[in-house]
Amino acid sequence: MASEEQLSAIKRAKVLMVGAGGIGCELLKTLALSGFQDIHIIDMDTIEVSNLNRQFLFRQYHVGQSKAKVARDAVLRFKPNISITPYHANVKESRFNVDFFKEFDVVLNGLDNLDARRHVNRLCLAADVPLVESGTTGFLGQVTVHLKGKTECYECQPKPAPKTYPVCTITSTPSKFVHCIVWAKDLLFAKLFGDKNQENDLNVRSSDTANPSEHSEDVFECRKDEDIEQYGRRVYDHVFGHNIEVALSNEETWKNRNKPRPIYSKDILHVKMTKENGDTEKDCATGDVSAMSSLSLKNPQDVWSLAENSRVFLEALRLFFSKRGKEIGNLTFDKDNQLAVEFVTAAANIRASSFGIPLHSLFEAKGIAGNIVHAVATTNAIIAGLIVIEAIKVLKKDNNSYRMTYCLEHPSRKLLLMPVEPYEPNKSCYVCSETPLSLEVNTRHSKLRDFVEKIVKGKLGMNFPVIMQGASILYEVGEDLEDDMVAIYAANLEKALSELPSPVTSGTVLTVEDLQQEFSCSVNIKHREEFDEEKEPDGMVLSGWVEAPADKDNNKPNGNGESTSNALPSEEIQEDEKDVEIQETSEGTENVTGKKRKLSEVDESRNQKKPEKLDVDDEDDELVISDDWESLTKKKRV
Amino acid sequence: MNGEELTEQETALYDRQIRVWGADAQRRLSKSHILVYGMKGTVAEFCKNIVLAGVGSVTLVDDRAVTEEALSANFLILPDENLYHGKTLAEVCCDSLKEFNPMVHVSVEKGDISTFGVEFFEKFDVVVISCCSLAKKKLINQKCRKLPKRIAFYTVDCRGSCGEIFVDLQDYKYSKKKLEETVECQLEYPSFEDAIAVPWKVLPKRVSKLYFAMRVIEQFEDIEGRNAGQTSIADLPIVLKLRKELCETNSVSESQIPDAVLERLLTDTSEYPPVCAIIGGILGQEVIKAISGKGDPLKNFFFFDAMDGKGLIEDISKP
Repeated sequence: MASEEQLSAIKRAKVLMVGAGGIGCELLKTLALSGFQDIHIIDMDTIEVSNLNRQFLFRQYHVGQSKAKVARDAVLRFKPNISITPYHANVKESRFNVDFFKEFDVVLNGLDNLDARRHVNRLCLAADVPLVESGTTGFLGQVTVHLKGKTECYECQPKPAPKTYPVCTITSTPSKFVHCIVWAKDLLFAKLFGDKNQENDLNVRSSDTANPSEHSEDVFECRKDEDIEQYGRRVYDHVFGHNIEVALSNEETWKNRNKPRPIYSKDILHVKMTKENGDTEKDCATGDVSAMSSLSLKNPQDVWSLAENSRVFLEALRLFFSKRGKEIGNLTFDKDNQLAVEFVTAAANIRASSFGIPLHSLFEAKGIAGNIVHAVATTNAIIAGLIVIEAIKVLKKDNNSYRMTYCLEHPSRKLLLMPVEPYEPNKSCYVCSETPLSLEVNTRHSKLRDFVEKIVKGKLGMNFPVIMQGASILYEVGEDLEDDMVAIYAANLEKALSELPSPVTSGTVLTVEDLQQEFSCSVNIKHREEFDEEKEPDGMVLSGWVEAPADKDNNKPNGNGESTSNALPSEEIQEDEKDVEIQETSEGTENVTGKKRKLSEVDESRNQKKPEKLDVDDEDDELVISDDWESLTKKKRV
Repeated sequence: MNGEELTEQETALYDRQIRVWGADAQRRLSKSHILVYGMKGTVAEFCKNIVLAGVGSVTLVDDRAVTEEALSANFLILPDENLYHGKTLAEVCCDSLKEFNPMVHVSVEKGDISTFGVEFFEKFDVVVISCCSLAKKKLINQKCRKLPKRIAFYTVDCRGSCGEIFVDLQDYKYSKKKLEETVECQLEYPSFEDAIAVPWKVLPKRVSKLYFAMRVIEQFEDIEGRNAGQTSIADLPIVLKLRKELCETNSVSESQIPDAVLERLLTDTSEYPPVCAIIGGILGQEVIKAISGKGDPLKNFFFFDAMDGKGLIEDISKP
């Protein structure tokens, strides 16, 4: 298909791939076969067994090795004479600065998290390098093209915020299984095995006001003369029995809700727990310590009974203390830690049982707790093919032909692969259009630290910020700062905004920059006295930055993960009560509205179609336009 | 793999895809046998996909020798003459495919597929053919249909920036969940011969130009005794004449099949890797759906054209 001109553009091109995983493997292979000869690839991950069902450049014996390096070696086997430069590194590292990005003709993303995508987006804008973005989840996928000034940037359409749940739902009134998982993972597991100094809502809610002599702290500490089994039962009884009784005593809570029932270990498990005879405590496949193996529960797809869950809970706890005691106090939940997954599954199930919520299998629980994205090879292969097609258009500077392509699970008007023209940049995008933002904050109470952590790093996605008021630098990060400056900045962090050396009050305009991303924006400060504790827990409200609503009911086991797909427009559901950021969810669904103008409408000169070799029958050439998205999503919901 | 439960190894390896289609579907996949004919780039992609998915076995048929052209679009062939010398395309691809998933049995069958008897095909649940003439497609399709066992039949062809998939699931019953209910579905597929015999006049006007163009080229190759894909721009005058005849016979306007599309299909006969990936992916998904019995299968043609970027389904059957 390629003309001479196209072939030589491909040969000369220097391409950067970010991500060597599901999409990355397919993409690297297709780029190599298509004639690309200078490819750079960045990926910080190492290979895991669960990758092998689709990341076909990797083998069992590669587990633990760098994805970028192994992918490179594998492709060189069938295309030996091209150059592939792997970087086993995080794309956010300072060496991947604007100058680095400027070297490339096009950047191709195959990432799986919003954070990195935003970062790359900003660098591509700063370097003025075209970016082809993509994502897949299960059978859905999409490819989008971003050119500075010509199309939307990746952040022009806000992506949904990580899913959060109100604290009280998690601690007192769960109604869905995911609430129980969050409780088990971020509260109970953290309390028992994590950093003891971390604030934990389990403290707050489990304190027994009727018996002030027993501090809640004591409950979770193993007593000197206590054996592990006793300890385990005591913890069990406290969280599933005692705490529930305390909650029940507050009648108000249960007026319109089903009451939970307290569960005590003696009622569920009649005999003292002893190790089953002859069973191994180790999981055969991985050699990890496992309660399931110990109890001969073989199938992760089985839904265990309350008794079985209780046994797993106690056994997992016992195994943690007896086999992995050294790690206690430092553990965070890791989906690849079999014992942790077993514990969290069991704990969540017992709690679910208490609240009348259906129980789930370990397989399902692991997916929710671990934010696992379901994935298959075929979708990644299709998306990779589409990425290469767009990349080639970019190299040929074929402006009118760029398309965003959606790979659907169910055809829409006969189309499984649906191309759409890109939109022009969003004039109120704070990233590419430099629109100022506004922040409502209590300047006398909120500290600079809150602003830096929650707004600048959190919402704005900056990594190494510089915060200025006019010519005064209030805060910055850097390696070559003088000690006295570092001390001043550290002190500034702890000051209330209005107390800063350059006071920040209503009407102040702050400039916030990330030099690495070469990204800058203005924040207009507005003082406000009161904030709603439940709805505005940060005590700060940022506006001018349109945040897409998170999907309130997104608790399907498969849909909860941080998906890579921006496949379909999100639905309208509002998450009222924002709170502790507990989970991340599927990240990107485009809010496509009918209002934006498409590229071809904007520029008259661009509208002149070049004489094409193809006879284009206009009647037939239906590019789906945005107005249809609303009806499309409605269809999808069925 | 032979018992009813998935092994621990399978559960660990297939975790991410089990989350897509379920453990039941995975079990069914592990018991399925696929026959593949014509080891070009697109089929290589397809084979990679189904091997990764964990089918029971894949049997490859292609006695052609390894050539330069094969090397350029087929990532299963390592460009080391020591490795491929004296081996057929099928043999070389077989060696590579085995590496992707040791749990899948990959093998080679030698010989002219047109001569294989009906009993040979009975071993398989799915038959996928590529690089086939019109006559061969009809022949193999018929052999599959002769058997009491229902065999899923697919043809796939990629020429330059275009790709075509044909699906014949005969009488296909499957169930799916709609909201809270389980809905029983049934589809009746025509054979390849019957599908292409549907008069063009009765087809909806907006049927893809690619469908008609491919039929013209197919006829041309048949009449001229060419192998599949053995065409060049020099053939255009005769092809245009043939288009005129076919359109007249079918009472449709020649504008249904633009010159430009025919030109492209005649000249760009070699495979274009991005299109191979796309078509190989779609085909992989279809075969997985058919084996697992999950998901609406496409009926009955799929076309992709990199020129407009659309991937669409056409239902070519008697109204």
